[in-house]
Amino acid sequence: MSDLKKIKDEILLKLKSKLKLSEVNQIKSDLFGKNGLVSSQFKKIGTIAETERKKFASELNVIKDELQDLINLKIQEIENEEIREKLQKEKIDITLPERPFVRGKIHPVSQTIDEISSIFSEIGFSVEEGPDVESEYNNFTALNTPENHPARDMHDTFYLDEKKEKLLRTHTSPVQIRTMLKDKPPFKIIAPGRTYRSDSDQTHAPMFHQVEGLHIDKDINMGHLKGCLNYFIKEFFELDKIKMRFRPSHFPFTEPSAEVDIGYEMKDGKIVIGEGNQWLEILGCGMVHPNVLRNVKVDPVKFQGYAFGMGIDRLAMLKYGINDLRAFFDCDYRWLNHFGFDPLDVPTNYRGLSR
Amino acid sequence: MKITFDWLKDHLKTNLKEKNLLEQLTNVGLEVEGVQNLSSDKELFKVAKIIKTIKHPNADRLKVCDVDVGEKEFKKVVCGAANAVEGLITVYAPPGSIVPKNKTKLVVAKIRGVTSYGMLCSESELNLSDESDGIIELSSEYKKIIGKNYFSKSKSNLIDLSITPNRPDCLGIRGIARDLAASGFGKLIDFKKKKIKSNNIQPLKVKIKKEKNQGCSIFGSCLITDVKNTESPQWLKNKLISIGQKPISAIVDITNYVMFDLNRPLHAYDADKIEKGIIVRNSKSGEKFTALDNKDYKLEDGMCVISDHKGVLGLGGIIGGTRSGTELDTKNILLESAYFKPGSIRTTAKKLNLDTDAKFRFERGIDPLSIEDGLNNAAILIKEICGGKISKIDIQKIETHKTKIIKFDINLVEKIVGFKISTKEIFKILENLGFKFKKKKNFFELTVPSWRPDITQEIDIVEELVRISGYDKIRIIDPIKERKKSTLNKSQKLFHFLQRSIASKGYLEAITWSFTDSNYNNYFRDTKKEIKIVNPISKELDVLRNSIFSNLIIYMNKNLDRGFKDLSIYEIGPIFSGSKPGEQNTVVCGLSSGKKSRLSWIEKERNVDVFDVKKDVVQTLIEVGYKSEEFFIDNKTPNYYHPGKSGRLFLKKNADLVAAYFGEIHPNITKKIDMKTESLVGFEIFLDNLKLPAKTLNDQKNKFNVSDYQKSERDFAFVINKDVNAQDLINAIASVNQNLISNIRVFDVYEGDNIPKSQKSIAISVTIQSTEKTLNDNDLENINKLIIETVENKTGAKIRS
Repeated sequence: MSDLKKIKDEILLKLKSKLKLSEVNQIKSDLFGKNGLVSSQFKKIGTIAETERKKFASELNVIKDELQDLINLKIQEIENEEIREKLQKEKIDITLPERPFVRGKIHPVSQTIDEISSIFSEIGFSVEEGPDVESEYNNFTALNTPENHPARDMHDTFYLDEKKEKLLRTHTSPVQIRTMLKDKPPFKIIAPGRTYRSDSDQTHAPMFHQVEGLHIDKDINMGHLKGCLNYFIKEFFELDKIKMRFRPSHFPFTEPSAEVDIGYEMKDGKIVIGEGNQWLEILGCGMVHPNVLRNVKVDPVKFQGYAFGMGIDRLAMLKYGINDLRAFFDCDYRWLNHFGFDPLDVPTNYRGLSR
Repeated sequence: MKITFDWLKDHLKTNLKEKNLLEQLTNVGLEVEGVQNLSSDKELFKVAKIIKTIKHPNADRLKVCDVDVGEKEFKKVVCGAANAVEGLITVYAPPGSIVPKNKTKLVVAKIRGVTSYGMLCSESELNLSDESDGIIELSSEYKKIIGKNYFSKSKSNLIDLSITPNRPDCLGIRGIARDLAASGFGKLIDFKKKKIKSNNIQPLKVKIKKEKNQGCSIFGSCLITDVKNTESPQWLKNKLISIGQKPISAIVDITNYVMFDLNRPLHAYDADKIEKGIIVRNSKSGEKFTALDNKDYKLEDGMCVISDHKGVLGLGGIIGGTRSGTELDTKNILLESAYFKPGSIRTTAKKLNLDTDAKFRFERGIDPLSIEDGLNNAAILIKEICGGKISKIDIQKIETHKTKIIKFDINLVEKIVGFKISTKEIFKILENLGFKFKKKKNFFELTVPSWRPDITQEIDIVEELVRISGYDKIRIIDPIKERKKSTLNKSQKLFHFLQRSIASKGYLEAITWSFTDSNYNNYFRDTKKEIKIVNPISKELDVLRNSIFSNLIIYMNKNLDRGFKDLSIYEIGPIFSGSKPGEQNTVVCGLSSGKKSRLSWIEKERNVDVFDVKKDVVQTLIEVGYKSEEFFIDNKTPNYYHPGKSGRLFLKKNADLVAAYFGEIHPNITKKIDMKTESLVGFEIFLDNLKLPAKTLNDQKNKFNVSDYQKSERDFAFVINKDVNAQDLINAIASVNQNLISNIRVFDVYEGDNIPKSQKSIAISVTIQSTEKTLNDNDLENINKLIIETVENKTGAKIRS
């Protein structure tokens, strides 16, 4: 047994010095291997006198456990040291740039169309569309604007044939005609889309966007029209209160007709919508003219309702502080990046229009 | 339409202020576009006389003038006008005054070394007319007021109204006053009917020819003899100047005055220049005349002309001719007051591209019953100012005016506007607007005033009532938040999804014109028809686009010129295949240039390539809900793609419609357009060709079925001819056993050493797994064999040993 104690002391000494993992493993097998020092002691148990045997065995077990613990501890220590050294070596400059990525954007006009659709969706409007190329009939005549009506002068029209029968629609109103010819009342639709006028300067582009609204039912009156637009404007500009006024105007396809102004003021060179003493015209509307209803075979005695049309690009400009209409269609990479929206920013009713 | 409050007060008795006026005008639908204070910035302008001119020492075309401005000393003014001669009476603007036209403030300035104290003005600089050739020449009458203000002091601002095309009556001051009075803003002053007292009949014979489409139905006239045309008296000049009009001569000024006051256009002829008599008729093709704008017009058949026995005198209701125009020495005047039909006026004016004040009024509809009032008022004024003798009025007509009568049920008002207007109020408004009414059983019979051509049916009456009673009375009815129909249909949802799906892959969304430059369009037209715009806004936007690529490339190039290199842009929108409504398709078109990972310290940079856009297309379509296993791709693409590096994708083999194209843009095009980029790739997804996926998120999904039995992966390398597609190998492998083979991936393509020149090696990894058991070695060996056999048989490939 004294041999063993001696060995234990030696091992203790050895383990105190700096060792490699392989050296510790060597010690381990020297002790506990098949013919290891400790293993051979266990073999001896059988040869020891019965009186001594119990004591020997228990002492041996104590030493074995002690040695095993020591060695395991050492191994742990070495492994920890190794990881520490590895981490020391693996330090990088974390301020170096991340891997390259690209980010796409949604055009502000598309975002605004989605916002508008989301708002009108909440009060039961569905979205309709119509073609960009229209017949002269759908664009003018059916809308109570016959040939030789001076109101046609307000629409500088692009034509596709010499007879002037095919044209690029000058407003989204022909979608009213298409919708009412296709289905039966009631109608409750909006129709956003591209519109065209041969007019181009700082504030006019030959192509722009409009959204048409149409609500026809048995008892829809001007109060509903006012309520609908009041709701829309508040929701769109994300304001609790808005100053709005209806002003008599004239459109051949509505009677009575109105233009709608909203209040605004200039603060630090920026337009602030909602309050203020200035008026800004943002849309035209009115009760659908009985002639229009007759043209689409809807009985104006039984059905009535309103229509409105507004410029989407202008709404986007007002909401997002964009000054130049022409820039919408100029495709400048910097502009698209600056004013564009993340594709994940989908305007919805439940999460709101904007962040 | 320009008015002043002062002029309005000729017709309107009111104690209210101008501020209230502006509000009320807008409230009744006469939108105030602008208010201009004419007197405040114009009171510095003086009547002045040029005393002496000498040539400018340093400039051939300039003169240095000594100008008498009513002060002790003459002012030295440098002037470049040819008509700046000694003795001329003109208008002088001193330093400090603001030139109305360009809003610049004058200062004492050296012009080519000579100090100029102010400026002598042209009519255009004072916004009096477009005349910019030379400075204003004032008549000798102004001699008496040298040094006095040229513009009379007026406290009344110039109010600019935007009159909607349905309201010709409000193109006259009286019409505006009537609307205001009806709305409670003062009282309309009774119209003082003047009447010519004369025993002489109008001796010139007037005849309206009864022809088809005769544009004139009534022609009234009177002859005024022995007049002395002169300058207008100051009150008349002031009136015209106050609304921004330039006084010309008494006769012209009087006809203009009556027109602005009553919206009754008149025309004065020099009666001595009329050959025998007036014939109102349709023109014959080829007839010519010189109009008062000094232009020659060649007429077509069927235009309404006023002629005499020699030929055309003028275009009725549009413009007079020089041959019979009045001048300062005109002695005998024939005054015309007629009714021309709006449609006829508009057609003629459009054909000749003519726009005049008279045309603007007649095409909107003039009061046919105002003919005599116009003649009476103007003739009496002419006699007062120019002297002379007036004849009786002669009226020729081929149609009589029919009074419009409308049946009106007052219940319609509340039904349309949503609030009640009392019967008393309704009739007060209608009476003030000039309607007459008779009560019938269940309705009223309204007689529409002759000056309101816009009112033809019941709904028009409703508009009058709500307009005058006030749009602010319409109460807000809040909308109900209820949805009976889905907001977007399936194809609109697809549009929305594709739009955001492409943006999420790093593309910036662009919106470009639906038209484009035909030169660019031709590169991408392929076999499509060119669709020309008859009246394009410019040469660069002359056709409807057959592809979105043309515009994207134009703008991509602009951005490359700005110094950007690696760009990805896309647009979702229409392309056109014909000029009929509906001959259009919705396309998502993307374009990428340059490199990926340019100048990255960590990633290897490379050119964007066809497999980048293939990824974008395939990933997008998978995201939409299509099964990539069913896609069929070949290399038949339109001619604007690189023939060897582009593909065509069908959602299923044997589908008729192309879902998408993708590939490198043809190098010929990039070379011709001079695109400065390393690589240019693009794609087009055809929304209308995508059959909507049968399953939506709404439908129940397939049963969740996965296998937990061990799976094994086997790699194969086949050698095949180069013209065999990888897709063929994959399809062959997939056909072996769909239950066991779950994933097939190409992980290497090799051409070169150890492989015959006409062949390539394709390495494929196949995942094999059963849903029923763990496959043993024997099972796997059988599948291996089957895979090799099938591929070899179907594609002619050989397994690499």
